[in-house]
Amino acid sequence: MGKTRTTSAEGRERQRLPARRFRTTSPAALRADSVDGGSLLAPLLGLTDRAFSDCPDLADGAMEKMSRVTTALGGSVLTGRTMHCHLDAPANAISVCRDAAQVVVAGRSIFKIYAIEEEQFVEKLNLRVGRKPSLNLSCADVVWHQMDENLLATAATNGVVVTWNLGRPSRNKQDQLFTEHKRTVNKVCFHPTEAHVLLSGSQDGFMKCFDLRRKDSVSTFSGEATEAGPWEWAMAGWVPVLPVLSCHILRLHHSFAHGPTQDAESTANGSRESWGCPLYPLGLCSGPQAGQSESVRDVQFSIRDYFTFASTFENGNVQLWDIRRPDRCERMFTAHNGPVFCCDWHPEDRGWLATGGRDKMVKVWDVTTHRAKEMHCVQTIASVARVKWRPECRHHLATCSMMVDHNIYVWDVRRPFVPAAMFEEHRDVTTGIAWRHPHDPSFLLSGSKDSSLCQHLFRDASQPVERANPEGLCYGLFGDLAFAAKESLVAAESGRKPYAGDRRHPIFFKRKLDPAEPFAGLASSALSVFETEPGGGGMRWFVDTAERYALAGRPLAELCDHNAKVARELGRNQVAQTWTMLRIIYCSPGLVPTANLNHSVGKGGSCGLPLMNSFNLKDMAPGLGSETRLDRSKGDARSDTVLLDSSATLITNEDNEETEGSDVPADYLLGDVEGEEDELYLLDPEHAHPEDPECVLPQEAFPLRHEIVDTPPGPEHLQDKADSPHVSGSEADVASLAPVDSSFSLLSVSHALYDSRLPPDFFGVLVRDMLHFYAEQGDVQMAVSVLIVLGERVRKDIDEQTQEHWYTSYIDLLQRFRLWNVSNEVVKLSTSRAVSCLNQASTTLHVNCSHCKRPMSSRGWVCDRCHRCASMCAVCHHVVKGLFVWCQGCSHGGHLQHIMKWLEGSSHCPAGCGHLCEYS
Amino acid sequence: MNRGGGSPSAAANYLLCTNCRKVLRKDKRIRVSQPLTRGPSAFIPEKEVVQANTVDERTNFLVEEYSTSGRLDNITQVMSLHTQYLESFLRSQFYMLRMDGPLPLPYRHYIAIMAAARHQCSYLINMHVDEFLKTGGIAEWLNGLEYVPQRLKNLNEINKLLAHRPWLITKEHIQKLVKTGENNWSLPELVHAVVLLAHYHALASFVFGSGINPERDPEISNGFRLISVNNFCVCDLANDNNIENASLSGSNFGIVDSLSELEALMERMKRLQEEREDEEASQEEMSTRFEKEKKESLFVVSGDTFHSFPHSEWSFTFISSPSSHPTSSPGEIKTKPKEWLSCTSGGQDFEDDMIITSDVSRYIEDPGFGYEDFARRGEEHLPTFRAQDYTWENHGFSLVNRLYSDIGHLLDEKFRMVYNLTYNTMATHEDVDTTMLRRALFNYVHCMFGIRYDDYDYGEVNQLLERSLKVYIKTVTCYPERTTKRMYDSYWRQFKHSEKVHVNLLLMEARMQAELLYALRAITRHLT
Repeated sequence: MGKTRTTSAEGRERQRLPARRFRTTSPAALRADSVDGGSLLAPLLGLTDRAFSDCPDLADGAMEKMSRVTTALGGSVLTGRTMHCHLDAPANAISVCRDAAQVVVAGRSIFKIYAIEEEQFVEKLNLRVGRKPSLNLSCADVVWHQMDENLLATAATNGVVVTWNLGRPSRNKQDQLFTEHKRTVNKVCFHPTEAHVLLSGSQDGFMKCFDLRRKDSVSTFSGEATEAGPWEWAMAGWVPVLPVLSCHILRLHHSFAHGPTQDAESTANGSRESWGCPLYPLGLCSGPQAGQSESVRDVQFSIRDYFTFASTFENGNVQLWDIRRPDRCERMFTAHNGPVFCCDWHPEDRGWLATGGRDKMVKVWDVTTHRAKEMHCVQTIASVARVKWRPECRHHLATCSMMVDHNIYVWDVRRPFVPAAMFEEHRDVTTGIAWRHPHDPSFLLSGSKDSSLCQHLFRDASQPVERANPEGLCYGLFGDLAFAAKESLVAAESGRKPYAGDRRHPIFFKRKLDPAEPFAGLASSALSVFETEPGGGGMRWFVDTAERYALAGRPLAELCDHNAKVARELGRNQVAQTWTMLRIIYCSPGLVPTANLNHSVGKGGSCGLPLMNSFNLKDMAPGLGSETRLDRSKGDARSDTVLLDSSATLITNEDNEETEGSDVPADYLLGDVEGEEDELYLLDPEHAHPEDPECVLPQEAFPLRHEIVDTPPGPEHLQDKADSPHVSGSEADVASLAPVDSSFSLLSVSHALYDSRLPPDFFGVLVRDMLHFYAEQGDVQMAVSVLIVLGERVRKDIDEQTQEHWYTSYIDLLQRFRLWNVSNEVVKLSTSRAVSCLNQASTTLHVNCSHCKRPMSSRGWVCDRCHRCASMCAVCHHVVKGLFVWCQGCSHGGHLQHIMKWLEGSSHCPAGCGHLCEYS
Repeated sequence: MNRGGGSPSAAANYLLCTNCRKVLRKDKRIRVSQPLTRGPSAFIPEKEVVQANTVDERTNFLVEEYSTSGRLDNITQVMSLHTQYLESFLRSQFYMLRMDGPLPLPYRHYIAIMAAARHQCSYLINMHVDEFLKTGGIAEWLNGLEYVPQRLKNLNEINKLLAHRPWLITKEHIQKLVKTGENNWSLPELVHAVVLLAHYHALASFVFGSGINPERDPEISNGFRLISVNNFCVCDLANDNNIENASLSGSNFGIVDSLSELEALMERMKRLQEEREDEEASQEEMSTRFEKEKKESLFVVSGDTFHSFPHSEWSFTFISSPSSHPTSSPGEIKTKPKEWLSCTSGGQDFEDDMIITSDVSRYIEDPGFGYEDFARRGEEHLPTFRAQDYTWENHGFSLVNRLYSDIGHLLDEKFRMVYNLTYNTMATHEDVDTTMLRRALFNYVHCMFGIRYDDYDYGEVNQLLERSLKVYIKTVTCYPERTTKRMYDSYWRQFKHSEKVHVNLLLMEARMQAELLYALRAITRHLT
């Protein structure tokens, strides 16, 4: 790894050379011209000097140094375990010494160095000395120099930047004190390779660069993002020339203008944006109010680019600066919505910058391109306080949050939804994180508000991925099924071809692999979509049925008839049959129970025997009816079936006379129960076309057999039975037979036997089973419709929860098909409280007054302010308090009824405006 | 408002000073309850506000968009002197009251009433009584706290603390609200309530601080008697002097020295700015400065009330203990608010007919609970709130936004707006950087609530804020109901009214933020 990195770095250096050469011209000029600038520029030049004269060498030198460090430490393998130690006070920040054996913890009332030993943290040094701790020691941030083991810097909440030299012999290690910032300093940062350069970013909106050999700052950078007007140029006596051409000159000017002694104010007024913009047409320069500088939240030197540093701001901006040019930033872009709390340069990929903000996002930017490009975005659950790239893992970074969430996450930026690892040790928010060694990815140190310091081992981290359920399943509206799972899983499964064998499920299997699989192996999943057979599928019947069913408002008999008719027209004969039977059960006069029937009930439970005695068929001649009845009672079920079928077109799938042991039907039923529905179909193979018009209302005594048993394979059955033929099969049979039974019996009721009719109560169980059957089959529509139509008659037989479940499923389906009216009607007609209150949620309709355009808060028709009635009916000139219908052309309107009536007689607007209104 | 308020009972809703009483005696028919001034504010001449208004299309647009009552109320009119701010104010207020939120609409208004009642701000109470009914609130609740659900009643404690001594709020208070079985508050609801409370406490400060007049037409009252209390005498409200007391008009306070005052202030600001580089106060000194400022704020009001009105022939007395005041008539509040400021006269005893309305007190419990100086009770066990440890930007925002989505952004915008709002003018001077002044105002308010900024030199407060201004600030933020026109007039006499309104905005927002910070910190502690 180390090797490849070096080579790539070399490659980069080589690429960078031309750019550097190009740039050297101006600093050279600067140096020459600044002689009269005198010593003011010296410190700055001390930096630029070296950098420019032998920039590539220097960079290479730095590289060498780095790799030496690597090899040095590569030899001694870090060891340790997950451990933590208690601090005396909450920590605000931590930083690691470059030897990876010591860590410094800083907070409002703590500033200590701990040695990281194999088994524990050992307090090594307390830097908080003095009788009365001053605010200078109240640290907001701390940083340990990565080149010098003795050098530390802290940022104090009162705006002071303090450096510490551990090499000092005295007890007080405080080295230098910079009191240039007016507000809290949020961040300090050492130059990664330069020993004396320190950068600070403060709440007052300024960043200052200190040379530790001097007493005060070398240069000040202002985060103020106001655009300079042309007058500023005029004032300064400068002529705005094309930026590219004037580059050199300008740079000179700026270097002059913003020498070390220049105070912050003048820098703040320096003009930069008018130049920054044409050169770098980056994100919006969304500046704050004029004259107000935005607080700096973080500053970070680029690890790869010697002169570059990034700063992040409270208003969501990120700026990139060239350390030599305090006058204006190189580029600026808006990275987050709200403050950007932190940023971190990628240790290896030059130009990769990770930023984290209050908007709970971590973003990775590529700033090498012309326009800063967002490469990755990770959404976390809380505002991001710190972000740190994980060493040796190109795509990993660690984050911790500012509030609420106490965990530390390590993310793979390519997998932004699940953290790769999670450390849950802390009991309060984590305030500082640091990787223990720049080339060791397994040790993470963290400090927290809960006053503890932790070392986390990567191997001990919890991995949410493992706990995640990698499968997803979803039904489409039209019966399609999508299924996503780990690829390996799918591959194994597909070998079994689970679906291919089922002849009644002509589903074809389509597997669409996501082409944008960014990192196979880490988390690759396969998405499979199973579609229903085109043509065979479709939910047209559902929509039509929903729209055309009558559920209330008419006598039960009519409703049943109507619905039966609807079902029949849609080719759903079994359903039609059911409706007819329901009508017969519940709408016939005379309810005299007979002893014999009761008896059989007691014996057979839900069996159909007694039903045989009560025959009735509206279309059937009485004589025939009685005949069949006689036949039936003889037990000749077969002929009976034929007879009935042919004559009445009603399915008679027979009684399920298991208990009584009536032979033929029982046999075949039993077979059925065993599980192959197919046999049902075999019964009347010629019934390929369910929509045979003849089945509607045959009048002849013996038409072709129209066996409507079990409805021919309608689409709705296909999916339903797909899942588990055995279970549903048996259930289906029992249940389906029940209604059929009743129909049969009803069929054969003759006038003669009229008095022996059963009370509808008797069928309660049967009907209940029937409803369950339909619901079970997936035809919750039928279940709910019957439930509504029958109302009180069956409601008591079915428990509340089931009803509610059916209702909600049906309503959900209706809404997915956008059948709002129907769904509302269903909600309205439902008796379940949970369901009917669906209609009561968010029922407010906000109306604005038509005169003053303000919301009418108390009543919908009188405006409180202008005291006028908002909506008058154009026909009757009264206030409309309910439904108001208006023409979208002329905006006149009124009571629905009135307008309807009016427009029947006239096509002009009732208001007399001459508009030709249309009512549709 | 009782228009036919010539009756003694209506008059009795005011505390009357000697002079007025004399006048009243002479002319019984004077309509006392009708404010004698016109225009939205009693402190600001009508033309100042109206002038600004006619120009401003934007304000009207904003009102249409965001006002809940749909009218250009007096608060809005006064605020419209700062349109930029007005927009964020109205937006956040509209969001709290009308947009999606955890609390039902009537609750929101009732909470507003409760909050305003802590400061006896009848203006806000009336406004929200009205809206409470409009949004379908149960009229019975308006009879007082005994009639509201226990859940709302539980809020009383936090309302009280938040209004007067927010630093006392602990996570136990939060726990008590959140974990009480059936009457508990969910955290989002609680945050919504806290935001509302803080908003209306602060708004009460603004209302009193700017002397907002009652709304002109009381036809909206829905049969509920509007409460007309302003705890200052009518003559304080009056701008035009039809009460015979020439010395009351604020304008003839020495204008001469006010000019030099302004110059002096400018001078000090300049000096501070320059000094900053060289002068380096030691750390100890910095912290003692904060303590000093904190302590000093203790004496600010009591001392200066007497001081600042040398021309007044009245004396203001504090009724410092509830028991010492025997006047409450039956049916009125038993314990009289401790800090109640009343006018008493030397010779005559008017206490008999001085009735303090109880209309307000029915929305609160423990009316005697008031602001107590942070410093006074800061006996070591009450640590200073370190602003850097729990800031609005970092912590408050995240929490609020998490529990009550989007309000964080609105409040954030409002705070930023008010903090950054400047026209670079000071009275007659232009092109002045007022950052320092604004920051001093903001931090001084926080200082009185015990919030300390490490990076602020509290010595600046002393230099920049003159005594009369401090009196005003303290009164407006801590006991807004005591604000008088005199206080308003007595500071910064050269400054424009709009600038004084700007000050009020700053005070209001600083107060709101302080309350929010304490409440949110408690919630955060509860969460961890």
